[in-house]
Amino acid sequence: MSIAALRDVEVDYPRGRALGPFTLEIGAGEIVSLVGPSGCGKSTAMRLLAGLEAPTRGEAARTPGRGETAVVFQAPTLAPWLSARANVALPLELAGVARAEAAARAGAALARVGLAEAAAARPAQLSGGMAMRVALARALVTGPKLLLLDEPFAALDEITRRALADDVLALGAETRPAIVFVTHNVEEAVYMASRVVVITKGPGRVAGEVAVEGPLPRPTGFRTGAAFRAQVETVSALLAQGMAA
Amino acid sequence: MSRLLYAIAPFALLGALIGAWEVACRALHVAPYLLPPPSSVAMALAQNFPALVVAAWSTLSVALLALVIASVIAQVLAVAVALSPLTERAIRPLASVIQVTPVVAIAPLLLIWAGLDHPHRALVALAVLVAFFPIFSGAVSGLKAADPDLERLFDLYGATRWQRAMRLKLPSAVPFLLEGHKVGAGLAIIGAVVAEFGAGSGKVRGLAWQILEAGNRLQTAKMIAALVVLGAMGVALHALLEAGEKAGLRWWRGR
Repeated sequence: MSIAALRDVEVDYPRGRALGPFTLEIGAGEIVSLVGPSGCGKSTAMRLLAGLEAPTRGEAARTPGRGETAVVFQAPTLAPWLSARANVALPLELAGVARAEAAARAGAALARVGLAEAAAARPAQLSGGMAMRVALARALVTGPKLLLLDEPFAALDEITRRALADDVLALGAETRPAIVFVTHNVEEAVYMASRVVVITKGPGRVAGEVAVEGPLPRPTGFRTGAAFRAQVETVSALLAQGMAA
Repeated sequence: MSRLLYAIAPFALLGALIGAWEVACRALHVAPYLLPPPSSVAMALAQNFPALVVAAWSTLSVALLALVIASVIAQVLAVAVALSPLTERAIRPLASVIQVTPVVAIAPLLLIWAGLDHPHRALVALAVLVAFFPIFSGAVSGLKAADPDLERLFDLYGATRWQRAMRLKLPSAVPFLLEGHKVGAGLAIIGAVVAEFGAGSGKVRGLAWQILEAGNRLQTAKMIAALVVLGAMGVALHALLEAGEKAGLRWWRGR
């Protein structure tokens, strides 16, 4: 069953076409990576899937209702005047959940990303990785059916991004939202998803798809396995074709 | 050593200038009504200190009251702008007209409206006029400075207009509002002094009146003494507001 679908969508901005024609179907509970060069329209595709933007042409179909879609952006995008807990509680409060209950659920969500201690801290007091975990907790607190991650680890160091990648997969396995993971990092794309959609240089079209074998969340040592390496090579080749096209 | 020099450099210059002034006045036998030496100014300051302090408080209280009123008006309008950008479109030209019209030119009119018996009200109103603009302007810039991705999150979660105004736009505007109040307070003092000059009556005995009055009597040393008090008051208020802004930002950011 599809939870969100883009069918032959095209997005035109005043400065030219950003995306399309582009077709993508996301199944319920499926984890899909979108990988493509900078400026290929990945983020535009993301906004279409989130319903934050409408395509110029084509159809964007979504089944999740209000509050059932969550987005994590490249920057943590936390409100600096709110504590970590209040930031996480915000989506609940906007949806009309009572303050006390929202705070309790936010605390639990923070605990799930390993930040129970930092609940009272302000974003300025958190490291980049911690701030990103808060953003992740805020995305998960509403129990979304569709979780959109727009290059969420781009600003983090390698150790932190690997740890966060595993955390996202582990948390995803608990509540099983469909996850769309946008990145320009091929290894990360393969590691995070059961399906990698490669996008051509802008305006983005689908250059090809690669099904990724192996269990999710990934077992230790998965990155060094021959199967992983081979799939990274396949995706890289597709990406190179998409860049040349 | 170099840090010490760095700290005393401005005082050294000030001291040198005052010293040169004193020496020049004595050596060139400058008429005291034209330019009294700093020692005479210091004497005038000491002799008139109680009166000058009372006058300074009179001017300062006008400026502070004006700042509070301007702050309330600007923030109420900022809430309206946060709720509907149309409000800004409507207010902005009018606010600009008020800003570019010199307050001295408006003073006589406001003095008539306030009535000859209440020049104090006219002074406050004039200071409000000049203090209002930077606060309102800061608020409007701040409302537009909300993180676009946070705006998207509010879209995503279907926030109402009220929620967006109160929970995103106004909190985002806080640093700009703090800055606006700092600038506004400085302007409120200028507004109060200019308005006192405009009023020119003996009903409100602020620092400007002291300067005018001493000028009429050719008490040049007292004029300069009043100016010194005015300058000191400005510096003190600025330092206070600077500290207030820093503390406010620390509270807003949590560090």
